[in-house]
Amino acid sequence: MSKKYDAIIIGGGHNGLINAAYLAKAGKDVLVLEKRHVLGGAAVSEEVYPGFTYSVCSYVVSLFRPHIIRELNLAKHGYDIIPMDASFQPLPDDDLGLCRWGDASRSRREIARFSKKDSEVYGEFSKVMTHMAKLAKEVIDHPAPDVASINPKELSSLLRMGKVFKNLGPELLHMNTKLLTMSSADFLDLWFESEVLKGPMAVSGIIGTFLGVRSPGTAYVLLHHYMGELDGAFRSWGFSKGGTGGVSIACANAAKSYGAEIRTNVNVSHVKIKNGKSTGIILANGDEIDSKIVVSNLDPNRTYLKMIGEDNLPKDITTEIKRFKLRGSSGKVNFALSGVPNFCKKRDGLEFMKGDIAIVPNVDYVEKAYDQAKYGEFSEKPYINIVVPSLTDPTLAPPGKHVMSCFVQYAPFDIKEGPEYWPKLAGKFGDAVQNTIKEYVPDIDSLVEHRQVVTPWDLQETFGLTEGNIFQGELTLEQLLFQRPISGYAKYKTPIENLWMSGSGTHPGGGIMGSGGELSAKSILKEKVI
Amino acid sequence: MPIQTPFHPRTSELNSSLDWKDWGGYFAANSYNVVNDFEYYAFRHSAGLIDITPLFKYKVTGKDASRFLSRLIVKDISKLKLNQATYCCWCDDRGMVIDDGTVMRFGEDEYFVTAADPSYSWFSRFIKKLDVHIEDVTDSYCALALQGPTSRDILKNMCDADLDSLKFFWTTSTKADGFEFKISRTGYTGDLGYELWIKNEDALKLFDAVWSAGQNYNIRMSGIAALDIARIEAGLIMNGVEYHSSLHALTPEQMSTPYELGLGWMVNLDRETFMGQKALRAENKNGSRWATVGVDINWPDLEELYQKHGLPPHTEAGAWRHSVPIFQKQHVSKQIGYATSGTWSPALKKNIALATIEIDYAKPGTEVNFEVMVEHHRETVRATVHKPQFFNPERKRSILKK
Repeated sequence: MSKKYDAIIIGGGHNGLINAAYLAKAGKDVLVLEKRHVLGGAAVSEEVYPGFTYSVCSYVVSLFRPHIIRELNLAKHGYDIIPMDASFQPLPDDDLGLCRWGDASRSRREIARFSKKDSEVYGEFSKVMTHMAKLAKEVIDHPAPDVASINPKELSSLLRMGKVFKNLGPELLHMNTKLLTMSSADFLDLWFESEVLKGPMAVSGIIGTFLGVRSPGTAYVLLHHYMGELDGAFRSWGFSKGGTGGVSIACANAAKSYGAEIRTNVNVSHVKIKNGKSTGIILANGDEIDSKIVVSNLDPNRTYLKMIGEDNLPKDITTEIKRFKLRGSSGKVNFALSGVPNFCKKRDGLEFMKGDIAIVPNVDYVEKAYDQAKYGEFSEKPYINIVVPSLTDPTLAPPGKHVMSCFVQYAPFDIKEGPEYWPKLAGKFGDAVQNTIKEYVPDIDSLVEHRQVVTPWDLQETFGLTEGNIFQGELTLEQLLFQRPISGYAKYKTPIENLWMSGSGTHPGGGIMGSGGELSAKSILKEKVI
Repeated sequence: MPIQTPFHPRTSELNSSLDWKDWGGYFAANSYNVVNDFEYYAFRHSAGLIDITPLFKYKVTGKDASRFLSRLIVKDISKLKLNQATYCCWCDDRGMVIDDGTVMRFGEDEYFVTAADPSYSWFSRFIKKLDVHIEDVTDSYCALALQGPTSRDILKNMCDADLDSLKFFWTTSTKADGFEFKISRTGYTGDLGYELWIKNEDALKLFDAVWSAGQNYNIRMSGIAALDIARIEAGLIMNGVEYHSSLHALTPEQMSTPYELGLGWMVNLDRETFMGQKALRAENKNGSRWATVGVDINWPDLEELYQKHGLPPHTEAGAWRHSVPIFQKQHVSKQIGYATSGTWSPALKKNIALATIEIDYAKPGTEVNFEVMVEHHRETVRATVHKPQFFNPERKRSILKK
């Protein structure tokens, strides 16, 4: 008879590992099972090409909750983030482009090249967004209360949130309503006139969604990306030392230090269910492991339809989970380069390239990219968010050489030939990205030593993100808060007793935040189910 | 008016913020950039280069040099091996600390001493009949500190020293393209790092070689402001901030003993007579009044106070150096100590400080109240006593080859 664990966590992504760390810290006997040979899920670093470490999927960190770092002592376990100082937007025709810096005066002068008015409004906009983000922070740091419930606990939780809203005052409340309902392009039009400046700002609203910058509801996602919080300061993005896998490794080390057991190369087939209750898991090889509870760190689709299975679910729930929107819309292309890809030779030094580089010369550019995607094609001229982290963290590549990570949107999972056709398109997709970059870095072809193309199909097949959705489900309003993933089961629970969830398919959603793992573990411990 | 260090032609070119301050009579860059966080991050992620020329530097030679230094310094310097370095302090005969610094042994009868304050006169007055010669080389030798995880790689690319085997607090002499210099694996950041010592004449050659080798390793110029954050995380005290030299203190209350500063580990009591021995022996037996500790200031408490004013939490940009009262947990009116410097720790995501506290409250884990100013209001938040060293990465002592 093999041992019975208190909890088995399916999936060693950062949320699963954080969940394990919190449970183990509370003295529980915890086992984490990861299908791949490497931990991290989509927050993973891999030496795909010798000497070059790629952040294969997720590539920047900002939303990671600081209290998790403190509570799990993650700094001691290697959590190490390097902030990014600049946001650069190269422009065609050898223009200087637009660089936004940590130094406000410097940014103001840069923006003034395009609009003097915008350059001054920029500061006001940041102020309002800081207020909005504060509000959002209140929302993301707690399980989402259900507005339909009359349970006193839910009501008091709602009341607490209501107070924060009330304290905003009417002006900001109105702004909040606009933020929740408008498109990101329209929302920015309330403030700015320069199409150049609005370009990179608007795209924050569409990351990971199958929507365009002019689609209503995208303004909220803009906020989701605006509330990045590093070092207690809002709105700053950073690189994890050693690639984003560094975050996962730190979480794994913390979990192990509290006694959690972690196994890789273990493929879970499904959850063992008796009389509507989970009693453990069954591996692909038929082995069974028993546990008091199971926590699925997989996306809602996989958790419900594969781990639980339709046979064990009421029909209406199956229908609802099938309607849960995944619709992956992005891919990644990672490069190993023999030298620095200079995106603007007119600028002195390379400081402007040490943050992110956004290929989105204006708002129309990205809306056009969406047009193509709507009808099942990847964008020939996509929005690309580029980072060259080896400029900041030299350990990622051999001296003088660099890794370049490109987040590319749109690359719809549902390509018109059908998603399984993606492997045949990968080369063309990679070429489209490289050719787009070539408009700004004419010598790019001669620098490329290796190229890794990660299509939405790869995201699904290799990383287990159904339909290649990087957030385990779109961050659209109807799929957030007490409706994430579906109403009635938004508090990390599922219709199966003792089966919990912790991934970014749960409240508060995607990005390397750690909140899903943390809040799920805290809910489990609060209910004393183990 | 401060004077320029031999590196000034280069550092002034790189100092885009024009933010200079006076350090020991020299112009020292407080920060090189208006937004200076990256000067700190260089210490933790790549390499930060600091001009540390203003340190006071002395060559102590002569047959009696070992005995002489061992008599003045609380540590038994005669035990130092050739090419070894040590961190130490020296006291007056009341056992009160005068200064702290490093001593390196460059020869059987040759030592190199660094200090924060001018120390020639204090040391000289005890030579008497000993065969000791002290040379003040403060203005003829200069130094750069290269600190951070890529510092070893950078140096390996510009000189022939065997850095893979050079241990923490050891030194070596090396040659580079047309000049010689000394390397000590020492520093003030609590990270992997080195200090490079060279004659003024060759200063720019050294600078250019390091700077150029560093280009592939994200080398950055770092100023005093960044250094202050790193040294507080590492729990390293500073003369004039955590304590006052007994030569400058106006009242006994302003003086400190090595034990009170957390430097008790360096006091070698049982040996030949040394300055302050009697007093320190008594203190070691009877106990100290004060202790130097780290303080972990509760962040959620601070967030809550700011929230009352409708504000996001706020910390001072960079490190601060002023006295902040610390109170007893039970009685918020009873002051039990004071913080001397502090910072938001970017590495730990914690608000931390170094503090002097009554010995009864010095045990790590002790809960105290810490004064904060929030929107012009004096408030207190909870805080926990910690050992002074908050951050101590493995790479600090790592060696690649035995």
